[in-house]
Amino acid sequence: MSTLRFVAVTWALQFKMIMRSPFDGIGNVIYPLFFATVAFFVFRAGHSPRTLLYASFGAAVMGMWSSVSTSAGSAMQRERWWGTLELLVAAPRHFALVLLPATLGLATVGVYNLAATLLWGRFLFGVHLSIAHPLLFAVGVVGTVLAFGGLGFLFAVSFVRWRAAWVLGNFFEYPVWLICGFLVPLTLLPGWVHPLAWALAPTWGMNAIRESALGGSPLDDLAACLGLGLGYVALGVLVTERVLRAARLRGSLSLT
Amino acid sequence: MIVAARIFFVGGLTSFRALWYWLTPWIYVPTMLVAPLFQILLFAYIGRSAHLRSDEFYVIGNALQYASIPCLFAMAQSIGGERYQQTLGAILVSPAPRIPLFFGRSLPVVLNGAFVSAFALAAASLILGVHLPASSLAPLVLVVLIASFSCTGLGLINAALSLRIRENAVLSNVIFGFLLIFTGANVPLDSLPGWMSTAAQGMPFTHAIAAARKLADGARLGDVGGLVGAELLVGAVYGLAGYGLLRWFETQGRRHATLERS
Repeated sequence: MSTLRFVAVTWALQFKMIMRSPFDGIGNVIYPLFFATVAFFVFRAGHSPRTLLYASFGAAVMGMWSSVSTSAGSAMQRERWWGTLELLVAAPRHFALVLLPATLGLATVGVYNLAATLLWGRFLFGVHLSIAHPLLFAVGVVGTVLAFGGLGFLFAVSFVRWRAAWVLGNFFEYPVWLICGFLVPLTLLPGWVHPLAWALAPTWGMNAIRESALGGSPLDDLAACLGLGLGYVALGVLVTERVLRAARLRGSLSLT
Repeated sequence: MIVAARIFFVGGLTSFRALWYWLTPWIYVPTMLVAPLFQILLFAYIGRSAHLRSDEFYVIGNALQYASIPCLFAMAQSIGGERYQQTLGAILVSPAPRIPLFFGRSLPVVLNGAFVSAFALAAASLILGVHLPASSLAPLVLVVLIASFSCTGLGLINAALSLRIRENAVLSNVIFGFLLIFTGANVPLDSLPGWMSTAAQGMPFTHAIAAARKLADGARLGDVGGLVGAELLVGAVYGLAGYGLLRWFETQGRRHATLERS
């Protein structure tokens, strides 16, 4: 119980800080809207059977991913720049419990991105939003946020040895947009890309959200999304322990 | 004259080299060489998914438009970076003539933007199997260079605004986003609302992208002379406006002691 309370309080604190950051709270929220606008125009001008509603949900989840990928990679770096990393590592709580809420906070901003993009499509492009299973849709969004937070956490701890961790975070924005089926069906991509897409929770989160909105069955996709999210967290915890142990041994916690 | 030339070339090069204290290959390669390829692939596949245009349309549009990243960010950094390093005041208190000072910083940015754009165009054409006629290559290089010049003009305005705005990365991203939508890089201009395609005529890249597409379809350089001239004019207007803004904000900064404030 105290662990849950700790995660909740840390998440709230991180969320407040993110919302006051011009880059994370404003830039990361506006930026995906430009891509969403292009997507709306392209699908409106095209002759595809895929509808603007299809593009709307895809663009919305693109925004969710942006808020995580761009900043999660440098979540641990930021603590280093602020001079708080050593204090957090020395705290009695496991460091993963401190870092996970930070990436969950970034993923939560994604909910705003999702809503903003759907409303953007509704009011500027006349996309009629109809959600077949509202409850499953809400569960799908929450599940996707949790999985995105887990993947962001894995990024944060994996990239910490690189001084330019923020670049790696940025770097994964386009590839995930491309291969996870947000606006491009997997069937259009080469076969060798499919296993990569299946290993990424955003693929399943996207499916779950779209299926619940369009009247399909999202439960399998949601289970895969959450399962992968849990896997990322477990892997992230292992990487955290390894990274911190190496940093303590070499006295390099603040020197990367 | 010699002093002005030294400030233009040596000062510009020194300023650009200063970017490389943080812009290491670990940052340059993923950001400037790999990211544009993924942007091109993303939109080429979105185009396939939406059944809109050919791969060539997206390769050319996005390769040219991606020059906005080096042009906008590097120009903003030429002011923001000086402030961060606490050298802005020392530069602006110097009696150096401002035209070579500011425009000298633009030249390496133009060249780098053109390189990024040309690399993306060549690599993405190979990846997606887009055939560019051999006769179009030299004119395409010229168009890429002019597109980069044009966006660097807008970058000068961005740099001037960096004298007032702390978050120039956010501002640069926003400008990048507008260029992505308006310039016809991904959406044919005739598919945009009238006011947007009209506004696009005054933006960098619009004419260059149109010219490059015609060249790739077999047109000669003379056939796209009007488009190339329009792109040059757009760049020159932005460049002059940017210079004017820089001088004005500099004067305001001196008058109100606010150079280091934002």
